[in-house]
Amino acid sequence: MTYIRRPNVVHPDMPSNELGLTARDYEGGISSLCAGCGHDSVTSAFVQALFELSIPPHRVAKLSGIGCSSKTPAYFASASHGFNSVHGRMPSVATGANSVNRDLHYIGVSGDGDSLSIGFGQLCHAIRRNVNMLYVIDNNGVYGLTKGQFSASADVGTTAKKGEVNIQPPIDACMTALTMGCTFVARSFSGDKEQLVPLLKAGLVHKGFALIDVVSPCVTFNDHLGSTKSYDFTRQHYHPAIHADFIAPAGEITASYRDGDTISVVLHDGSRVVLRKVDEQYDPTDRIASYAFLQKHAAAQEIVTGLLFIDDAKPDMHETHKVVEQPLNSIDFDTLCPGQSALAELQNRFR
Amino acid sequence: MTTGPKDNDFTVKIANVNGTGSASANTLLMKVLFRMGIPVVAKNYFPSNIQGFPTWYEIRANEDGYLARSGRVDVMVAMNAETYQKDQDCVAPGGFLIYDSTWPRHRILDRKDITILGVPLAQLCNENFSASRARILMKNIAYVGVLAALLDLDMEVVKALLTQSFASKAQLLDANQLAIDLGYRYAKEHFDGSLPFRARSSDKTDDHIIIDGNTATGLGCVYAGATLGAWYPITPSTSIMDAFRAFCDQYRKDPETGLTNSCVIQAEDELSALGMVLGAGWNGARAFTSTSGPGISLMNEFLGYGYFAEIPAVLIDVQRCGPSTGMPTRTQQSDIMSCAYASHGDTRHVLLFPANPGECFSMSVQAFDLAEQLQTPVIVVTDLDIGMNDWMCPDLQWDDAYQPNRGKVLSADDLEKMEAFHRYIDADGDGIAYRTLPGTHPKGAYFTRGSGHNMYGAYTEDSTEYREIVDRLLQKWEAAKGFVPEPEVHYSEKFRSGIISIGSCHDAVVEARDRLADSGVHLNYLRVKAFPFGARVQEFLDAHDRIYVVEQNRDAQLRGLLLLEARVEQATLVPLLHFDGLPLNAKFLVDAINTDLSKGKAA
Ligand SMILES: Cc1ncc(C[n+]2csc(CCOP(=O)(O)OP(=O)(O)O)c2C)c(N)n1
Ligand code: SF4
Ligand SMILES: [Mg+2]
Repeated sequence: MTYIRRPNVVHPDMPSNELGLTARDYEGGISSLCAGCGHDSVTSAFVQALFELSIPPHRVAKLSGIGCSSKTPAYFASASHGFNSVHGRMPSVATGANSVNRDLHYIGVSGDGDSLSIGFGQLCHAIRRNVNMLYVIDNNGVYGLTKGQFSASADVGTTAKKGEVNIQPPIDACMTALTMGCTFVARSFSGDKEQLVPLLKAGLVHKGFALIDVVSPCVTFNDHLGSTKSYDFTRQHYHPAIHADFIAPAGEITASYRDGDTISVVLHDGSRVVLRKVDEQYDPTDRIASYAFLQKHAAAQEIVTGLLFIDDAKPDMHETHKVVEQPLNSIDFDTLCPGQSALAELQNRFR
Repeated sequence: MTTGPKDNDFTVKIANVNGTGSASANTLLMKVLFRMGIPVVAKNYFPSNIQGFPTWYEIRANEDGYLARSGRVDVMVAMNAETYQKDQDCVAPGGFLIYDSTWPRHRILDRKDITILGVPLAQLCNENFSASRARILMKNIAYVGVLAALLDLDMEVVKALLTQSFASKAQLLDANQLAIDLGYRYAKEHFDGSLPFRARSSDKTDDHIIIDGNTATGLGCVYAGATLGAWYPITPSTSIMDAFRAFCDQYRKDPETGLTNSCVIQAEDELSALGMVLGAGWNGARAFTSTSGPGISLMNEFLGYGYFAEIPAVLIDVQRCGPSTGMPTRTQQSDIMSCAYASHGDTRHVLLFPANPGECFSMSVQAFDLAEQLQTPVIVVTDLDIGMNDWMCPDLQWDDAYQPNRGKVLSADDLEKMEAFHRYIDADGDGIAYRTLPGTHPKGAYFTRGSGHNMYGAYTEDSTEYREIVDRLLQKWEAAKGFVPEPEVHYSEKFRSGIISIGSCHDAVVEARDRLADSGVHLNYLRVKAFPFGARVQEFLDAHDRIYVVEQNRDAQLRGLLLLEARVEQATLVPLLHFDGLPLNAKFLVDAINTDLSKGKAA
């Protein structure tokens, strides 16, 4: 079990991005997850989103906790630094990393066990601080890596493969994020790349904490009849409330949107998210309305997807902590150290 | 040891109730002595409660410059009727007790072998101050006036200190001065002269400061160039981050923008605090957290991660009484073992043991150098006594030529020239591999993990590859012995017995050795300053037949660590343990060693 690198064969016709890189340059090591695992689809959506945004891979930092989902940062962007931390504690590591270099793109990948059970507190506090990062939960309703125990996102009444019935009520990541003041809340499905890729792109550009809860079925332990996180169940109960198109700063709006059905949100770098409403009553800039909408549809067993809420104006952690623009890890020592004469003067206070 | 008090050699203890504002009065008294040029030792015994519990403050004036508690009380200011019995009991025969005689003298205060002096402090203050809060506060300042008269304090110094403290608050200055005068005059009018031991101006405190260890630590972190402090509040460590933040505001804030080039994050718990520090260390910044024993317990998993994934981090553990919540406001050295081996699996951590605030300053800087050089968490292990008490120490010094040791970090240029980078290859054969920082260069990327990894940084479950990593970590541990601070050693080959001690035990040991030497008992001395122990510790162990291991915990943790990590017989190391939560004093050691020696003679 050593390092497996993908053969680096590039087809001459492969499209390249603004940096002259192809999608290949955003790939990682070969996945060791089960064939058909939803998490692998999320990984390939990451490859596409990073490629399309033309982000230099080495300006990305990927962080994760522990779980099958948390292994996936090894399977994309191998030219990015990765930090596979301990179970449930990735948010704090990302917070610390971000605090000293605000110029990188931070991607957190976690699981429903990692984020909603053991790491629930850390997730809430990272949201509360509005750490500028994209945080993706690969949500399969179980602990995949420890072989299929229910996680905190499993619905009451859902059955495990061996027949056990879940009795503890679920925690909904999106509703939690909304109440914690999250500035970007989305839900998607690993099987819907068309929806997921633009959400990842918008989340990467959003300034602040962007949470995307991705229903990502576990084919080995939770893809059977009686599970509410299976491919079948998700497809049947899928309710796209809103579709997000991501438009780069210089990009033209080419698609024709009917007035009244779309909302355009300008992100801090000039790019835009154009939100096409599927449900007319839905307003993704109204936190309270979003919450009510989610509650209503959850009661009807519908999995609401899309960019559910966005607020690009709230200050991020650096602003609230009043930290200088320059990354703290690049400030030279002589600027940071007050020196002997200051020390001599200071000590008059201690006599 | 039974020498009585004399001029410039006496101990005053003040018993009070917390929340009555006695701290400023007590500090004033201590500073007056210090400014008169007399070395002082100040210990504050305070409860883990905000209001209404007993507190004590002890000031030892000491011309010889010993810095430990005296273990004796010559003057007791008994301001708390609840603790009269205890307070009267601890006064040395021939000593003095001052109480508030506004009310009739309590029957408890009945000792015949001490002098009991009543001063109607409440009455004096009620007559002169109208606000109820002022009446309470000024009672404290008034007893300073009484002591000023009895101990012959230099009133010019008192006045200068008051003027300085209340430079911008003229009204408070007047009130405080009045309170001092009330006490002073009463004592002059009612008591016959001053006490048989007095304060005489001296010159022993030039080029010294009064500072607590936590302030010095926070300052050290600023001087080391730390840019992230992440923490969760816990006594007795909290004032480290308070100090760090205040010094960052003072030295690193742009007055125009209000922006600071450092960041302090109050985390949701200690797990998160250390997670943040590791994230920042991985990202190339100097980052630290401050905590106490319960926090170290919570940080265990991440400490193992930092050790195995090789990420620099600095932790300051200000020890307090355990186990569990223990006595949060009492001192101990009981985290030695838990810090040394914190976390599951084969982990070991580099520890530094400062003995006073001066070393808190210098060792916190050293901790960052070691953490980055060795790419590992380093814990500065102090305690409540050092951290929260005011200590007299020589002026702190800074060498402007100092440049931080950032360890083996590859730059973009280095990477550009390299064929390929692999994270855990021991290119230099010293057990320390090169690392890269995120964002530097596309060739620098690697995947940091706490799971099994090989020298290329890739995931592995292969036994040989795993062994390569953990064996190299051991090699790095051996190398660390050459980088950590050497012990302080006082050695003469004439003597075959010695003392090994650690941290805040130091000053009591110094004094005890002098007193024992006076009676013809000579002991060599080694003070451990770091873990891992180096060659000098082994030499000292080899050179003695009997060594007293002096430390402040029940289970002889330093002794245990020596037995585990060095070559020495159990019987050679005699535990000498003080763990009641109060700082160590020399008398305790002298008595214990004399007892041990007499046992030896009897046998
Ligand atoms: C402190 C700790 N406790 C327990 C574990 C065991 N463990 C590993 S992964 C995991 C659950 C992962 O579930 P999830 O985050 O949903 O990821 P998935 O595998 O489903 O993608 C658990 C309990 C651990 N690694 N660390
Ligand atoms: S166990 Fe489930 S979650 Fe884990 S890799 Fe297999 S399918 Fe995916
Ligand atoms: Mg899961």
